[in-house]
Amino acid sequence: MHIVDRRLNPGSKSLENRQRFLRRAKALVQGAVKKSSQDRDIKDVLEGGEVSIPLDGMNEPRFHREGGTRDMVLPGNKKFIEGDRLPRSGGGEGRGKASDPGEGDGEDAFRFVLSRDEFVDLFLDDLELPDLAKRKLADVESTSLSRAGYATSGSPANISVSRTVRLAMARRVALRRPRPETIAELEAEIAESEGARRDELMAQLEALQAKMRRIPFIDPIDIRYRRFENTPKPVAQAVMFCLMDVSGSMSEHMKDLAKRFYMLLYVFLTRRYKHVEIVFIRHTDRAEEVDEDTFFHGPASGGTMVSSALQAMHEIVRSRFRPDDWNIYAAQASDGDNSISDGAVTGRLLTEMILPVSQFFAYLEVGESNGSTFEMPDSSLWSLYQKLRAEGAPLSMRKVSDRSEIFPVFHDLFQRRAPQEKAAP
Amino acid sequence: MTDTATAETASAERLFEGADWDFPTLQRIHDACEEVALNELGLDVYPNQIEIITAEQMLDAYSSSGMPLFYKHWSFGKHFAHHEAFYRKGLRGLAYEIVINSSPCISYLMEENTATMQTLVIAHAAFGHNHFFKNNYLFRQWTDAQGILDYLDFAKSYVAQCEERYGRVAVEQTLDAAHALMSHGIDRYPGKKNLDLRAEEKRAGERRAHEESAFNDLWRTIPTGPIKSAELLNVERRRKLLGLPQENILYFLEKTAPRLQSWQREILRIVRHIAQYFYPQSQTKVMNEGTATYVHYRIMTRLHEQGRLTDGNFLEFLQSHTNVVFQPEFDDQRFSGFNPYALGFAMMQDIERIVTDPDDEDREWFPEIAGKGDVMGVLRDIWANYRDESFISQFLSPRLIRNLRLFHLHDDPADSEGILVDAIHDARGYRRIRRELARQYDVGYIDPNIEVVDVDLAGDRRLMLRHVVVKGAQLNETETRRVLQHLADLWTYDVSLVEVDTKDTVLKEYVLHPRAMAAAA
Repeated sequence: MHIVDRRLNPGSKSLENRQRFLRRAKALVQGAVKKSSQDRDIKDVLEGGEVSIPLDGMNEPRFHREGGTRDMVLPGNKKFIEGDRLPRSGGGEGRGKASDPGEGDGEDAFRFVLSRDEFVDLFLDDLELPDLAKRKLADVESTSLSRAGYATSGSPANISVSRTVRLAMARRVALRRPRPETIAELEAEIAESEGARRDELMAQLEALQAKMRRIPFIDPIDIRYRRFENTPKPVAQAVMFCLMDVSGSMSEHMKDLAKRFYMLLYVFLTRRYKHVEIVFIRHTDRAEEVDEDTFFHGPASGGTMVSSALQAMHEIVRSRFRPDDWNIYAAQASDGDNSISDGAVTGRLLTEMILPVSQFFAYLEVGESNGSTFEMPDSSLWSLYQKLRAEGAPLSMRKVSDRSEIFPVFHDLFQRRAPQEKAAP
Repeated sequence: MTDTATAETASAERLFEGADWDFPTLQRIHDACEEVALNELGLDVYPNQIEIITAEQMLDAYSSSGMPLFYKHWSFGKHFAHHEAFYRKGLRGLAYEIVINSSPCISYLMEENTATMQTLVIAHAAFGHNHFFKNNYLFRQWTDAQGILDYLDFAKSYVAQCEERYGRVAVEQTLDAAHALMSHGIDRYPGKKNLDLRAEEKRAGERRAHEESAFNDLWRTIPTGPIKSAELLNVERRRKLLGLPQENILYFLEKTAPRLQSWQREILRIVRHIAQYFYPQSQTKVMNEGTATYVHYRIMTRLHEQGRLTDGNFLEFLQSHTNVVFQPEFDDQRFSGFNPYALGFAMMQDIERIVTDPDDEDREWFPEIAGKGDVMGVLRDIWANYRDESFISQFLSPRLIRNLRLFHLHDDPADSEGILVDAIHDARGYRRIRRELARQYDVGYIDPNIEVVDVDLAGDRRLMLRHVVVKGAQLNETETRRVLQHLADLWTYDVSLVEVDTKDTVLKEYVLHPRAMAAAA
């Protein structure tokens, strides 16, 4: 008898099969991921976890029969005698699961666990950041070698043989170096001929051989080396501005909606950029930059002046994030209230200062949970932004009133589009 | 004085103490089991190879039907994910072992098992199943224990090569289609052997010699039957040429599908061979488990009698043994059909009783084995020569029917009064119950009877299949369409399937057209 200890064998022999399965089920899994993310907390969503997909698309069909008259033998008779009739109504006595032998476990949905990365990848797979033109080099993190043509000097290891031989051949042809075959022919002829003819040929041969010696097969000037250059890998960086109205009219529910949107945006940006900074600006009738906790939970009260937040953002951009170096994203959440006198200032700030330097500016109008999105009347801010958009300002705006709408709206904003389409309708 | 001495020797012979084990312990356990199995039970086994694996590796093995190596396919990944999800949630435990019908016979043991469990598992798998694999006629006839691992290795590398050369999509499509038809890729009867040329020549010569010696001009004048029409002759010739009717659909495709590439034929062949390899296992679940359970029970009891197992260890064994052979009753929530371990073990024990201590009823029902005395001889003979269906129909005794309180239900949808209790455990019912239970294990009844009946060679090359409906059970429509779609893809022309009842009335007809296959390009 042999005993073999297999415990140390490399594990996950099924990994490849699992990947094949995931690849095949991708569309289904993606659908399931989106569905499950709608009613989950964003934090949980990003933890990955279990999803279930319908088995239908993944089934392995077999011929099998159903219906007809059935005979079965069962154990544990207690009170039946031959000739009894049992009522057929669902699940009556004697109708266990036993009736279909070999039917499998009756699996209707298929559940399995995705890792965090698998989950986020699938979650954001068909989304794209608009307007990525401004990828600026922030700090050089690493360099890589890349091919950059040929050089006349270099290390012997880098000799490009094909290029060298090509150049040598061109030179030999240009300088009419005699070919070895010509010399061989001449020698053969000499061997056959005699007298004056022979001397003449001998002279010719000598001239040719001298020429051959003068013009080498490979000259140092032919030699070429493959050239490599260090190319710095660009590291793109982004800053994300979260602007939120925290005046009394914003309820906890509305803040919650905004928070969800910000988190999605943050996750999305971190997937695209190595460095993402977040700036939280909250405002009532004056704006201040705060930390995350204060942003979402700190109490504040007062009127509403959107322009104050935009002004603050503008100043922060000017002092800390040079638009040349940073990709700037901004998302503003508000219930739409704004003091009437502020409208013109807001519009001017936005179109002249903010939008020209931003990659993307999204406005999210949050409403109470009971109100349907379509019934929300246009607020003052909404009408203002709509007017700006009509004039051609690159703004994206949506209304949201329920948790479950956040992801669809987000998805809608960043959906991968054909190039000519604008990022937001 | 003598008493203490025996007690000391008994404890000195103990195989192990407590729950821990190491490799020398396993070796000792194996040797002790082997001694009992070979000398006392007279078993005949392949050499054993015992492999220790982790839970994760056990899950891996699950997804490839227990085999140590298998080609890659997404469906195995699906099964793996499925098992894993259940296992993680704690809904399902893992088996204690997996055993493979190969020579050497490989048994996988889980590392978590206690020493007692390892003893149980070695007795169960490495001797019980092993003996059954080596001796049962179905396994001897249909499987090649020496060659299976090499063949799987070949299959794995062949499929991988095909993927490299012809693309993963094409290979996957072919495998999907082959898997869908796997249950109909089995030879149920050993076919006739093709004669080689020399033998054929010899036979022709003999026939000629016989004709010459028996020549009588009178034969010429004897009228023959009515002349067959040319059309009928054509059909007959074609069906003979194609070997129709053929129930092994995969074999038929491999040999005759007009536009398959040679690598596709080889893949069909691989799937067919593997299906054939597992065919005996599906027909002998009750016997196989019954044998193994009976063997482990005998070995463990003997080891305990010899003092090699402590009482505590033996109790631990009894606890898991009773769990294994537990048969819930039909109205129990846990009921999901017959437990093959329970039924098999109960029948083996019942046979032991009939052989050693029969009563009048047993003598009447089993005259040939009742009171014969040689339990192992009788059992070994049964293990070698029966499969579930024949085993139950011959050896299920009235006493066991009474003990299990079996009853037979007849459910006819046309009968509005309800389900009929057709037989119970009384003198009138024994034979009927036994026949019906045996039928539940008869592959001829379990698998739908589908055959390739003809190919329209002169017309559109349509492949014609026929399902003979038994007891009104027709095929599930969506599934059947999917399978037929796969079949049409391989055949590359239309495929039709008719369902007929036993009186040849057509109940339903399917026609499917092939889709473009990546491999056809």
